[in-house]
Amino acid sequence: MAYAFDFTAVAEYHTQLLSGVGYTLLLTAVGATLGVAMGTLGAVLRAWRIKPFAQVFGLYVELIRNTPFIVQLFFIFFGLPALGIRLAEWQAATLAVVINLGAYSTEIIRAGIQAIPRGQIEAAGSLAMTRSQIFRHVVLQPALQKVWPALSSQIVIVMLGTSVCSQIAAEELTFAANFIQSRNFRAFETYIVVALVYLGLSIALRALLARLGQRFVVKRRAAA
Amino acid sequence: MNRRTILRFLSTSALALGLLSSLTAFADGLDNVKKAGVLRVAVPQDFPPFGTVGADMKPQGYDIDMAALIAKEMGVKLELIPVSSTNRIPYLTTGKADLVISSLGKNPDREKVIDFTIAYAPFYNGVFGPADVKAASAADLAGKSIAVTRGSVEDLELTKIAPATAVIKRFEDNNTTISAYLSGQTQLAATGNVVAAALNERTKLRPLTSKFLIKNSPCFVGVNKGEVALIARVNEVITKAKKDGSLNQIALKWLRNPLPAEL
Repeated sequence: MAYAFDFTAVAEYHTQLLSGVGYTLLLTAVGATLGVAMGTLGAVLRAWRIKPFAQVFGLYVELIRNTPFIVQLFFIFFGLPALGIRLAEWQAATLAVVINLGAYSTEIIRAGIQAIPRGQIEAAGSLAMTRSQIFRHVVLQPALQKVWPALSSQIVIVMLGTSVCSQIAAEELTFAANFIQSRNFRAFETYIVVALVYLGLSIALRALLARLGQRFVVKRRAAA
Repeated sequence: MNRRTILRFLSTSALALGLLSSLTAFADGLDNVKKAGVLRVAVPQDFPPFGTVGADMKPQGYDIDMAALIAKEMGVKLELIPVSSTNRIPYLTTGKADLVISSLGKNPDREKVIDFTIAYAPFYNGVFGPADVKAASAADLAGKSIAVTRGSVEDLELTKIAPATAVIKRFEDNNTTISAYLSGQTQLAATGNVVAAALNERTKLRPLTSKFLIKNSPCFVGVNKGEVALIARVNEVITKAKKDGSLNQIALKWLRNPLPAEL
């Protein structure tokens, strides 16, 4: 028997889909902003070996990069209440995303910082630039320029990874998909629609990050 | 074989058996039991807490206690016949058992083949929670959070009956639903009474006490068609057990919750 495709069975639930998209985007935006901020802090501390923070961040990076995201999420949502820390599912999801991206971006940005030749920093010093000027213009900015594509990729990966948050009843896009599928039993139609939505979101996010990179990180080439 | 063919097979065999028994003798189930001095009861062996095999290799559970109670009241010995959920009705219709006490729910298909007594055990999906959370009806769910497994009967029903301000948290599977409740992430949980009983048995983290019923499908004792005297006698025993509290004792022992008022 040929399967009769029926996409109207998915279209009926467009409000759920849209609110799922909103949730996913918000989670990604907050997670990426705080995660990259955390990563920058971690990268600086680790690149300049500032004790004891460098060691603490080193431990954190190893812990997060070597455990599955879903385990981290479950630990925060189901595990922490045992210590009296009870986070709502959106708080747990945001925290998990920030912690996860923080660890990966620490290493990405650290690589950028360590790729700055020492001579460049010494040259800046000989030009009588202050320490904070050197840090901002001679170290951080060129470092971010170098690793911006890698960082953008990681943010897209994190956005796709937020789908796991459906497991703790965070009502993001995959949650919406599972919800719709549990009601209309149209797995093919539901998941292909949602896959296409994710694809669109990823392409849009990459384009946005490229623009942001041009505007705020690369700066010089913006005119070209 | 699909369900319909099985049922057709069952009903034909029941019919044949009915003809056969009316030909041989006007056998009365209750008389036969009394004469033999033995009540043969088909019970589950793989469905806790209704029927399992204990560490001493003896059957145990709600259904076994119920069978023992009926045999005692009738003043006869009890013979337990372990059955599976698929062959429990054939055991009855082929005369291998006098009664089926095997967490059997009533539905129109089954009613064509056998008769039922009054309900003896609760079997339902409901809302469960700690003793101090008040939720006597769906309306009381307003402003409260409930964990439920996505796409389950509980989910579909609650989505319909819960007020708009109720926060229904839908989880992927039974395990995460239960974890969410046990870790205090939700105030209440919707699940089956049997699941709740098994959990209360295994963990003291957060007890699941019954709040209200979502969908009811209580268990009945199955009896062969036309055994009027036997049904009447078993009904008498069940009614008495409900009144004197002995059935409630069985419910507390195996389901960790008192008998619901509806029963």
